[in-house]
Amino acid sequence: MAVAPEKRRGSIYEGSRIPQPIPSVLQVPEALRKADDILEVNFGPNHPSTHGVLRLIVELDGERVVGLRAVVGYLHTGFEKSMESKTWWKAIPYAPRMDYLAFQANELAFVLAIEKLLGIEVPPKATWMRMLLTELNRVHSHLVWLGTSALELGAISPFWYTFRERDRVLDLFEMVTGVRMHTRYFQVGGLAEDIPRGFFDECRKFCEIMPGAVDQYEQLLTQNEIWLKRTKGVGLLSAEDAIAMGQSGPVLRGSGVDWDLRRAQPYLAYDQVDFDVPVYYNGDVWDRYKVHMDEMRESTRIVAQALEGMPGGPWIADDRKVVLPPREELHTSMETLIHHFKLVTEGFRVPEGEVYVTIESPRGEFGCYLCSDGGPRPWRVRFRTPSFIALQATATLMTDALVADMIAAVGSLDTVMGECDR
Amino acid sequence: MTLAGTPGLVEMKVDHGETTLVVDPARLVEACTYLRDDEGFDFLSDISSVDYLGWSDEPVAGYWGGPSSGASAGRDLNTPGTWGLARKPAPKPKRFAVNLHLLSVRSGAREAPRVRVQVWVDDGETVPSVVSVWPTADWQEREVWDMMGIRFAGHPDLTRILMDDDWEGFPLRKDYPIGGEPVRFSGEE
Repeated sequence: MAVAPEKRRGSIYEGSRIPQPIPSVLQVPEALRKADDILEVNFGPNHPSTHGVLRLIVELDGERVVGLRAVVGYLHTGFEKSMESKTWWKAIPYAPRMDYLAFQANELAFVLAIEKLLGIEVPPKATWMRMLLTELNRVHSHLVWLGTSALELGAISPFWYTFRERDRVLDLFEMVTGVRMHTRYFQVGGLAEDIPRGFFDECRKFCEIMPGAVDQYEQLLTQNEIWLKRTKGVGLLSAEDAIAMGQSGPVLRGSGVDWDLRRAQPYLAYDQVDFDVPVYYNGDVWDRYKVHMDEMRESTRIVAQALEGMPGGPWIADDRKVVLPPREELHTSMETLIHHFKLVTEGFRVPEGEVYVTIESPRGEFGCYLCSDGGPRPWRVRFRTPSFIALQATATLMTDALVADMIAAVGSLDTVMGECDR
Repeated sequence: MTLAGTPGLVEMKVDHGETTLVVDPARLVEACTYLRDDEGFDFLSDISSVDYLGWSDEPVAGYWGGPSSGASAGRDLNTPGTWGLARKPAPKPKRFAVNLHLLSVRSGAREAPRVRVQVWVDDGETVPSVVSVWPTADWQEREVWDMMGIRFAGHPDLTRILMDDDWEGFPLRKDYPIGGEPVRFSGEE
């Protein structure tokens, strides 16, 4: 996105603020430690504003945060281990269940990685539909982020407005996939089912109302004096520190780094649609908020273009060794019946090798590393989840900050603990 | 100033369009510093580990072909392996692989947009920590230690991160059973 020169600024702060020697832990300075006036407070694991089960051990000197350590792992359920014991096919539903907001993005990364190992060709209609749905999913994730983050800072109204539109997105998901969340609609080779009649019309209606809805949220917040005071200049992160701490997505773009995988390393059909990448340069909570708002508008634009450009044709590859054959053929073709039986009982096999596939999920760089021994089950599945990486930066964000700003700063990282702990 | 000039490089291969640099563990920090400063890989995306215990013990019925056979990518549908024609996958040099997935965000990539740095270790051997090169390695290395039991020499705070502090065993190892953890039921002492 072309940014007016006056929006650019020098460095947000001098040098690096990443704590030493442990980058993720803010340690109380020795001088203060001796003063014996430090109050240790446990924030979480069960706290209404942590988006899950996050524990922050905070050490306070009055109102000032002087020590901080984030403790994660409370939601660890061994997704990666479980997936090793499932066939490739049955492992797909695990991927979206890590994250209840960006489920389709996670599912997409896993399916794309399997397809890369298989070397299978996906029909254009499936590619475009995947792009459409993951962009709707981004709107969905950002809406929940906006509603809950504003709620945590005391603004209850935006929550009702954002959940109004969120429900419309979920209605669209339900129309296409039959379920509202954890859709499991992306199948290796394409989509699980054809796009239902009437979906495009409903989706078009959504594209018409969404820009106006984002304007409404901005009317509630952008000029709101309390919101401005709680977010401007809070939770600072410079571009250098953001890259060193592996931050991605809206956090990175809010720190002034013009980086988006959809544009830098296009996947799906992102090279065939027109969209802007919002970048803001102050690295505070406010800028992350603005990135989220702009991204919702841009995602709606991509959805509208995907509706226009949606190609016809098949919705899944015709590959009998990987994809279930058409149902109607089962009654007439012996070979089809055998393929169906083998796929359902044994699953398909994936050639030996390892791949690492990344996508721009609503939270940033979401990676999926797969290793196959050539058999019907994954040898190793690993997810690079942006929430896990984002929480490492908590200590950097909270350097020289007040305890009251902690909720705003941690909330602006847009983390989902299920995805963080897996 | 090429990827082939990485210090400690053992092997360089390209599979599925992804560049892998196998590096001598002893010179990992040197290699990573080179890749960051001279090759522009300023962003550490991911550290993933694989346990290859039992990798080529059992023959697998799969589609043979793909990168390990010299073909470019994907399957060769003319050589399907059935359960009767199962073959063993190509053996690995050591038990564990640690993969560092690097990305170039700011400086722009010259040879490849992403690169995988791979080191091989056996049980009990350590990998040098790269926290000094990319601070984001902090939690990722802790996770590898927690899940796989691979130690990182020089890590400032190598403790468990996802499992309990007093957990025994390393869950993502292949010899760690699924559902093997003891469960205490109510009413039982």
